[in-house]
Amino acid sequence: MIAIGMEGSANKLGIGIMLHPKDGSPPQVLANIRHTYVSPPGEGFLPKDTARHHRSWVVKLVKQALKEAKVTVDDVDCICFTKGPGMGAPLQSVVIAARMLSVLWGKELVGVNHCVGHIEMGRLITGATNPVVLYVSGGNTQVIAYSSQRYRIFGETLDMAVGNCLDRFARTLHISNDPAPGYNIEQLAKQGKQLVDLPYVVKGMDCSFSGILAAIDGLAKQWGLGGEEKAREDEQKPVDSTTAADESLESKPTRADLCFSLQETVFSMLVEITERAMAHVGSKQVLIVGGVGSNERLQEMMGIMARDRGGSVYATDERFCIDNGIMIAQAGMLAYGTGFRTPLSESTCTQRFRTDEVFVKWRD
Amino acid sequence: MEEYKPPPLPSPFNNTTPPPTLLTQGAEAHLYKTISLNPSIPAALKIRPSKPYRHPILDRRLTRQRITSEARCLAKLIREGVSVPAVLALDWEGHGGSEGGWGGAWLMMEWIDGPVVRVVLEQWEAWMKQNEGLLDSSQIENEEARVRSLLRKMGSAIGVLHKAGVVHGDLTTSNLMLRPYAGASDAVNGTGSPSMEGDVVLIDFGLASQSNQDEDRAVDLYVLERAIGSTHPRSEPMFEELILGYRDSYKGAVSALKRLEDVRMRGRKRSMLG
Repeated sequence: MIAIGMEGSANKLGIGIMLHPKDGSPPQVLANIRHTYVSPPGEGFLPKDTARHHRSWVVKLVKQALKEAKVTVDDVDCICFTKGPGMGAPLQSVVIAARMLSVLWGKELVGVNHCVGHIEMGRLITGATNPVVLYVSGGNTQVIAYSSQRYRIFGETLDMAVGNCLDRFARTLHISNDPAPGYNIEQLAKQGKQLVDLPYVVKGMDCSFSGILAAIDGLAKQWGLGGEEKAREDEQKPVDSTTAADESLESKPTRADLCFSLQETVFSMLVEITERAMAHVGSKQVLIVGGVGSNERLQEMMGIMARDRGGSVYATDERFCIDNGIMIAQAGMLAYGTGFRTPLSESTCTQRFRTDEVFVKWRD
Repeated sequence: MEEYKPPPLPSPFNNTTPPPTLLTQGAEAHLYKTISLNPSIPAALKIRPSKPYRHPILDRRLTRQRITSEARCLAKLIREGVSVPAVLALDWEGHGGSEGGWGGAWLMMEWIDGPVVRVVLEQWEAWMKQNEGLLDSSQIENEEARVRSLLRKMGSAIGVLHKAGVVHGDLTTSNLMLRPYAGASDAVNGTGSPSMEGDVVLIDFGLASQSNQDEDRAVDLYVLERAIGSTHPRSEPMFEELILGYRDSYKGAVSALKRLEDVRMRGRKRSMLG
């Protein structure tokens, strides 16, 4: 069985082709290509611009994916697309492309929940059997565990997603959005030494990030670290901040210190709620998925926590962590295998689609 | 994978006889059974080791904040007559162990006998699954009535807690215990279905805080509702009973429950019908 997966719920347009061999041997990735809409520093990606990007690239990417996978249209069994959750306009532009291909080629459609796509791809790549899943990205922050045919949400953010918090702070500091704001924060944070005091907001298994963003934005303003000018200034003077930071704890924080403190604080919160979910369900495996999951500091912290519990952490690299097409193909094919179809008349998309709404027929 | 070893015990617990036995490893703390002063007095010892994944400054701040707030809440609740374990001793500076302290903190509490509610409900759900076919409708009703009365007791225990001006912060069925009535045998009612007799005791106040706000109370109930939904799917439909028990337990309950309605609507990307 071969499926095409089409993903475009945020600023990444991903097309992937997956093969599930008939003899039951492990699924193979035939093609996994992605094109990202990058906005200028200091700005986020707007739905209308992102949708325009997806519309202008989708045909090119599908052609390229078929070529890379060395398959023809006849080999394809179904077309899987992201039904939600995500940004409305980008979702819509991809669903239209999926519908068009379905009618053009006479292939069946499978609508996929984006979060379930991440989970299934993570399980496939890492081989984790029944992990507690931390799904962290620019639009979602959830701690998930599987129980009787549903991926149940144990904890989630009460306001903004953790990736959104990082991205927006990158905007405050005018950090480049290429390849991703979170990646550039991570690199800058490596030079940070001093931990500034930030709120730490965990409520049971839920957490909240908006107050932290407001606090750190305030600190950036107080120390005059925000804005384009400061970003350029810091770029010109190479790393001599090491000597200054060692002087005393009361010294003025640098941009790197703020990135460092933000990461340390929000990641500690995430590791804490994940640990709580693990203790609650008695699981020893953690799987990290979503764009923020490719952050090596988060993976390291999660690894230390899991080791202290006698367990292990499963994480993937940016090819599978960050939004992609094959995860949609993988989850779609699992559903397709159980007889699930999305008729053309119901092939809509939605901004709100919770992980626990999906009936997971393919697991026991 | 390496075999798991719990972190070394802080002094003086590294040389008591008999040595403390590890009961559970929670998310934040290790719980040991030990003795207090006299070998015949059992006690629960909660150790919060430092969390090596966190930045040391952040770790110290959180560990100290949480252990002291837990002890303060427990002390207050005991004064108010709420059924929680009493505080026996406390070290929040982490002086024990090696030189320069070990970074963690510990709290010693009264020993509570009995199972946690999670185990009781899990046993019950497993038992029901196994025996459902053999029971007639009145027996099923009878079984469900027992769970309802347990949920009602849980509701009023939480009400009494809130009335005393404390919110728990992490209510799950693992943090509620069932202490059998004095003198009662632990024998189940002859069928193999677990006993649900006893006092509900609240434990683990690691995330508790002192608050009289409806918001905090409602969040407490909401956390428990979701925990029951995700771990005890069969008992979930009876959550309403817990609400009833809660409603009758103190005056402010009604407005806290009204707030609960708002809190339920709050999670992200909830499907919004209508």
